[in-house]
Amino acid sequence: MSVPLPYYLALSAVLFTIGVVGVLVRRNVIVVFMAIELMLNSVNLTLVAFSSFLGDVTGQALVFFVMAVAAAEAAVGLAIVIAVYRNKPTVHLDDINILKW
Amino acid sequence: MIAEQLLFAFLAACAVTTAVLMVFQRNPVTSAISLIGNFFCLAALYLLLEAQLLAVLEIAVYAGAIMVLVVFVIMLLNVGDEVSLSFRPNLRMIAGGVLMVAFLLELLYLFTMAPGAGSIVVAAMRPSGLGTVESMGHALYSGFLFPLQITGLLLLIAVVGAVILAKRRLS
Amino acid sequence: MTYELVPLAVLLPFIGFLINGLLGRLIKREAVIGAIGSAAVGIGFLIGLNVLFSMLAADPEHRTHVVELFPWISAGGLQTSIAYQIDPLSVVMLLIVTGVGFLIHVYAIGYMHGDPGFWRFFTYLNLFIFAMLNLILADNFLLMFLGWEGVGLCSYLLIGFWYDRNFEKGTTGDAAKKAFIVNRIGDFGFLIGMFLIFTTFGTLRFAPVFAQAEAFPVGAPIMLAITLALFVGATGKSAQIPLFVWLPDAMAGPTPVSALIHAATMVTAGVYMVARCSLLYALAPATMTVVAVIGASTALFAATIGLVQNDIKKVLAYSTVSQLGYMFLAMGVGAFTAGIFHVMTHAFFKALLFLGAGSVIHAMHEEQDIQKMGGLKSHVPITYRTFLLASLAIAGIFPFSGFFSKDEILWKAFAGGHIVLWAMGLFGAILTAFYMFRLVSLTFDGEPRWAHGKHPHEAPATMTVPLMVLAFLSVFGGVLGIPAALGGGNAIEQWLEPVFRPALDKLPHEGHASHVLEYTLMIVSVGVALGGILVARRWYRSTTGVPEGIAARFPVIHRVLVNKYFVDEAYDAVVVNPIQKGSERILWKGIDVGVIDWLVNASARFVAYLSRTVRVVQTGVAQGYALAFVLGVVAILGWLLVH
Repeated sequence: MSVPLPYYLALSAVLFTIGVVGVLVRRNVIVVFMAIELMLNSVNLTLVAFSSFLGDVTGQALVFFVMAVAAAEAAVGLAIVIAVYRNKPTVHLDDINILKW
Repeated sequence: MIAEQLLFAFLAACAVTTAVLMVFQRNPVTSAISLIGNFFCLAALYLLLEAQLLAVLEIAVYAGAIMVLVVFVIMLLNVGDEVSLSFRPNLRMIAGGVLMVAFLLELLYLFTMAPGAGSIVVAAMRPSGLGTVESMGHALYSGFLFPLQITGLLLLIAVVGAVILAKRRLS
Repeated sequence: MTYELVPLAVLLPFIGFLINGLLGRLIKREAVIGAIGSAAVGIGFLIGLNVLFSMLAADPEHRTHVVELFPWISAGGLQTSIAYQIDPLSVVMLLIVTGVGFLIHVYAIGYMHGDPGFWRFFTYLNLFIFAMLNLILADNFLLMFLGWEGVGLCSYLLIGFWYDRNFEKGTTGDAAKKAFIVNRIGDFGFLIGMFLIFTTFGTLRFAPVFAQAEAFPVGAPIMLAITLALFVGATGKSAQIPLFVWLPDAMAGPTPVSALIHAATMVTAGVYMVARCSLLYALAPATMTVVAVIGASTALFAATIGLVQNDIKKVLAYSTVSQLGYMFLAMGVGAFTAGIFHVMTHAFFKALLFLGAGSVIHAMHEEQDIQKMGGLKSHVPITYRTFLLASLAIAGIFPFSGFFSKDEILWKAFAGGHIVLWAMGLFGAILTAFYMFRLVSLTFDGEPRWAHGKHPHEAPATMTVPLMVLAFLSVFGGVLGIPAALGGGNAIEQWLEPVFRPALDKLPHEGHASHVLEYTLMIVSVGVALGGILVARRWYRSTTGVPEGIAARFPVIHRVLVNKYFVDEAYDAVVVNPIQKGSERILWKGIDVGVIDWLVNASARFVAYLSRTVRVVQTGVAQGYALAFVLGVVAILGWLLVH
C-alpha cells in the first residue's frame, strides 16, 4: 500500500474520460457499449480504492452490485441491439435515429 | 515498496493503453480484446488494493461473461470495420477536444488538488483480509441482504427481458 | 332520552331511501317496498308524539332543546353543526310532516299499485321526508337551507316522475324544470338573506342570531334587507306572487305527490321559515306589510283563477296557492300562531282533497277534467263523503277545522286595523267556498257526463283508510284552536306562545277588541261562505246555463281568468325569451365562441408553434444527447469547483 490514494483516483479519472470519448466518437453501437463498460469499471476502481484506504467493506459491496447491474445491462442492451438489427440491419448509431420529431 | 509502485505504474500504463486502443481501433473485435486486457489490468490493481474477491469477479464476470457476450454479438451480427474515425481537425472536433480536456482536468483537480482532497483519513488499523470471500460474504449476507435479494430479482428480470427482446416474433 | 331520538326520526326516512333506492329494483314486491317506506315515516311520527308528550309534561319555558350530532362545517368564523332544534314550533311541524306524510305513504301503496316505478316513487318520497325534516328541525340556517334545497330536488324528481308522459303543452319534465328553476330564483333570495345574517350576526345558528337580534331597534335597515331577501325565498317555495307559476304545473306529478309536497308540507316551508324568523320580521314592519299584502293579494288572485279551471287538480292547486296566501297574510299581520294553525288544518283538508281527487282520478281511469265527470256520488261513496267534509273545512264552515284557522287569521287582520286586507281575505273566502263547491257539484252531483265504457269503482282500503283518518282530522282538527270568544282555550296559541313571545313583544299591541265584534265577523264570514256554497250548488248541480251566461256577458274577464291572467305568457315575454335570446346571441355566440373559445384555440396554437420551434433539438442522434449530458456535467463540476 505504498501507492497513495490520489494515484488511483487519477487513473480512474483518465480511464473515465477515455470512456466518455469512446461514447462520443464511436459510431458502432457495440463499441459505444464497451466504452460505457469502461466508464463503469473506472468508477469501480474508485470505489475499491476508497474501500481499501478507509478499511470499509461497503465500497467493495457496492462494486459487487455494480457488476450485477452491468451484467443485467449487458444482457438487455445487447438484446436491444439484436432487436434493432433485425428491423434495420445496422449497428451505426447515426443510422438509428428515427426516435425523433 | 518500490516494487509495488513500479507495478502500479506498469499496470496503470497498461490500463490506459488498452483503453485508448479500445476506443480508437476500427475493428470491433480488436476493441473488445483491448477491453479484456484493460479488465485484466484492473483486476491486478484490485489485487494491489487487497480486494481479492473482486479481482476474481472482475475476470470472471467482466472479462469472462460480459465480454464473451459482446464478442458473440459482434460475431452474430458480423460487424465489419468502421468506415473511418475521421480525425480531420474541424471546429466540432476542436470543441469536443477542449471539452474533454476540461472534463479530465476538472476530475483530476477534484481528486488530487481540490481543498480536502488529500485529507481522507487513511485508517490506521486496517483490518487485514478486507476483500476476502469471508469478509465480503459477511457484509453481503448481513448488512446488504436486502439489496442482494433485489439484485437477484434484477438479474432474473434482465434474463426474461433479454429473451423477450431478442427472440423472433411468432407471427 | 326522548329528545335524543329525534335525529333517529330524521335518519329513518334516509335509511328507507337507501334501502328502496339501492335494493328496490331487487325487492320487487310492492308490499315490502311500501311497508319500508311507510314505516320509516310512521316511526318518525311516533317519536314526534313521544316528544310532544314529554314537552307537555315540561314547564312551558323549558321546552326548547337542541340535539347536536356532529360538527359539519368549520371554516374561519363559520361553525356549523348538524344539530336539531326541538321546540313547540318544530314539533308541530314534525307531527304534521310525519303524520300526514305517513297517511299519504299508505295511500300511495294503493295509488301507485302496478306502476313500474313503484320502488322509485317510494325512494323519492322518503328522500323528501328526510329533507323536509332537516328543514323544519334544523337549528341553523345552513342545515335548513340543505333541507330547503333537498325538498326542491325531490319536488323536481317527483313532478317529473312520469317522465314519459305529456303534460299540457310539453312534457312532465318541462313542468319539473319550471318548478326547479322558479324555486331557484327564490333560493337565491334565501341565500342572500343567509349571507346577510352571517355578516350581521357572525353565526347561522338560530338561538344566537335571535338573541343578538333583540338588541336591534324596530325598523333597522339591515333587518329590512334580511327579511325581504328571506321572503323572496319564501315566495318561491310557497308559491306566492310573483313566483307562484310553478305550483299549478307541479300537478304533472302523481297525485300523492301533489298532496304531500305541493299541498301539505313542502309549500308551507316558506310559512314555517317566516314563523321561525318571526323576531326578525317583527323588527322590520315594512317587510311585515309586504308579506301581508302579498299574502292577501295571492289569496284573492289565485282564488279568482280557481273559479274557471276545469282540471280537478288545477282547481286544488290554485286553491293551495290561495290558502298559502292566507298563511302569509297571517304572518304579515303578526298572527304567527294563526298562520301555523292554518298550516296544520290546511295540511289535513288539502291533503284529503288531493287524495280524494286522486281517488276520483283513479276511479275515472286517469280522467282529470271535471266537465267529463258528474254523478260520481253513488259510485265512490267514501271518497265523496270525505271530499265533502274537506270542502266544508276549506270553505270555513263552523265547526270544521278550516273555520277556526281561517277565521282567526281574518279576525287578527281586522283587529290589527288592516281593514282592506281583511276585506280581500273575506272576498277570497267567498270565492273559495264557491270554487270548491263548483268542484264538488261538477264531480259528484248531477248526471254522469263520462263515456259509457267506464265503470267507476271505489278505491282499495289502503287508499280509503287514509281518507277517513284525514277526514276525521279535518273535521275535528279545529278543537286545538277554539278562540277565547267561543269559550275555548286556543290550545295551539298557548302552545306556540313561548316561541313567538319575543316577536310579539316587538309588535305594536292592538287595542282590546270586543267579543261582540268577533262574533259579528264570524257570522259574516260563515254567512258569505254559505252564500258561496249555495250559489255554486244551484248553478252547477245540474246544467243551468247560468255560468255560461255570465261568461258570455263578460267575455274579457272570462278569457283573462281562463288564461290565468296571462302570467305565464308575460313571464315568457319579459323574462324567459330575453334571457334565451341574450344567452344565444351574447353569451354563446359572443362570449363563448368569440372570447373563451378564441382564447383556448389561441393558447393551443401558441403551444403548437412553440413546440415546432423547440422540437428540432430532439434530433434522434443518441450521441448528441450524450454530448449535451457531458456538457452539463462539465458545467456543474466547474461551478462546484469555482464555488
